[in-house]
Amino acid sequence: MELLVASATGVMTAVGIYLLLRARTFPVIIGLTFLSYAVNLFLFAMGRLGINQPPIFGAQATGYADPLPQALVLTAIVISFGMTALIVVLALRGFLESGSDAVDLAAPEEGGPAAAGAHGDTARRPS
Amino acid sequence: MNHWIVIPTVLPAMTAALLILALPHHLIHQRIVSIGATVLMLVLAIGLLMLAGDGAPRAYFLGNWPAPFGIVLVLDRLSATMLVLTAALALAVAIYACVGWDTRGRHFHALLQFQLLGVNGAFLTGDLFNLFVFFEVMLIASYGLMLHGGGAPRLKAGFHYVAINLIASTLFLFGVGLIYAITGTLNMADLAGKVAAVSAGDQALLKTGAMLLFAVFATKAALVPLHWWLPSAYAATSAPAAAMFMIMTKVGAYAIIRVYGLIFGADAGPLGAVAAPIVIPLALVTLIVGAVGVLASRNLRDLVCFAVVASMGNLLIAVGLFDGVGTTAAIYYLVHSTLTGAALFLLVDLIAQRRGKASDTLAPAPAIANETVLGALFFLGAIAMVGMPPLAGFIGKLLILGATRETAQAPLIWSVILGASLLMMIGFARAGSVVFWNNPRPGDEAGGAPVGRVRDGLTATALVPIVVVGLLLGATAVLSFAAGPFTAAFEATSAQLLDKSGYIRAVLQPAAGPGSGGN
Repeated sequence: MELLVASATGVMTAVGIYLLLRARTFPVIIGLTFLSYAVNLFLFAMGRLGINQPPIFGAQATGYADPLPQALVLTAIVISFGMTALIVVLALRGFLESGSDAVDLAAPEEGGPAAAGAHGDTARRPS
Repeated sequence: MNHWIVIPTVLPAMTAALLILALPHHLIHQRIVSIGATVLMLVLAIGLLMLAGDGAPRAYFLGNWPAPFGIVLVLDRLSATMLVLTAALALAVAIYACVGWDTRGRHFHALLQFQLLGVNGAFLTGDLFNLFVFFEVMLIASYGLMLHGGGAPRLKAGFHYVAINLIASTLFLFGVGLIYAITGTLNMADLAGKVAAVSAGDQALLKTGAMLLFAVFATKAALVPLHWWLPSAYAATSAPAAAMFMIMTKVGAYAIIRVYGLIFGADAGPLGAVAAPIVIPLALVTLIVGAVGVLASRNLRDLVCFAVVASMGNLLIAVGLFDGVGTTAAIYYLVHSTLTGAALFLLVDLIAQRRGKASDTLAPAPAIANETVLGALFFLGAIAMVGMPPLAGFIGKLLILGATRETAQAPLIWSVILGASLLMMIGFARAGSVVFWNNPRPGDEAGGAPVGRVRDGLTATALVPIVVVGLLLGATAVLSFAAGPFTAAFEATSAQLLDKSGYIRAVLQPAAGPGSGGN
């Protein structure tokens, strides 16, 4: 079981990092998802691997699983779920507004306003 | 237990919920509630600073669960100082945003309050996992603030920002997991005792965890080579958001002071000072990269972004000493660089608004409205950022130079700090002279149409943001002219940080601790 958990964590991390280095938003998001799966599995293993052990007090229990990593994993899952939802929306909006899902920033046009943030801000007037 | 300690996290949370649920469509009410809550927060933070002034760290046990089993918040001089700084900055940002920016998207004020919740929590927490949670709260709010106003370049830069922070959060969890696996606790005070006692076989794993955490904090603090996200993200976002984000880089520096001072400090046995040998070299490179970036910038926003990177370099040089004088200098420089950086971001926005199509590029454009006052403020902001007398940047830099004088690498550190100041001075002087002095008349070839509308004097809407910027810079002037009392207070803060037993006692043996019982 140790080998299985360790290699699963390692493979998922490797896949996640490989996908993160892609130049398009979709593989990057999948890579982030793999990375968060890997870290969730990793956190579980931090409470030591064991089977058929209750995390809370029981009269007949012979040993206990550490409940804290399970609580940590729950928190981590909730957070990474929310973050993934956000970044998917962000990638979609970016695709719809700029017409490409490339990750890199558009090169500033020579002679024009070089600031990436100049878009939209210049048209603004204080109310 | 003193229940006021938990209020800095409860108040912004309640305010944000109120803003979203009760007042989603009433911008005026939102502004009143947001500014009112931030003023309350500032008063509360000053009260907590006075409370912490007696020198005893106070622990707050949520649900009254004893540490290290429950969640614990700790108020000491450093966290109280950071709370005051955060609240003051948030107040300036909230007022600035009321003059236009908060109409460009919904929920600006609610996001600002959520960000305050995360930042305050990160400063108060006494537990590594809660540090992660508050980091996430702060980041989720910052994603919203970062994208406030929309636009394709902002969305692209926002994707980078979110992706990088998600990777950093994952690394944070790996680090926290490793530390928990070895020591069985995540309470900082408890860890401080247990790290020194780990068995020889586990030291490599624990060190891996510690260094993974360092990579996360270095990303937040924009330490080279993890700084590339900062210029693109801060330059692409709106001015009030960028000003508010000034405190987020400081959260990274704060976490380094806390974790590598308290848990992995010099006396933590074989794992003592794991991060110390690499902080100063990286900080020196950060400073050089920032200064060169200032020189190479083609617009004002990039200029300020790289100046912020350089200031993080200066700050982390002082942090990297991990001793009394170094920490004193670091806290002083931290307060100064937060206020100055925020003032510059807001000021650049004011200048860009008045330059029409030229925006913030360093290209000749017609003279702007309110040129005298904006030019004077830019001059003050520039000398504060570069570190020229008489403003606080100068004294902060002197303190850092003084703190590093005794170290073996003093000649190297001094030449980098002084050389970087020269580069930044040239960069700011060039930018200032192009923007304020190189003004072709409207009829000239290079000049566009004059921006006529904002030429007419100082109306109320034009005055408020200028006053906000002036107040932020005025605060650095106060920091400079009252440098004696401030340094004395920060010396007491760093002395309290070095006295780890007081912190550990306050958390783990609250009955015996002088500060936690009774009140």
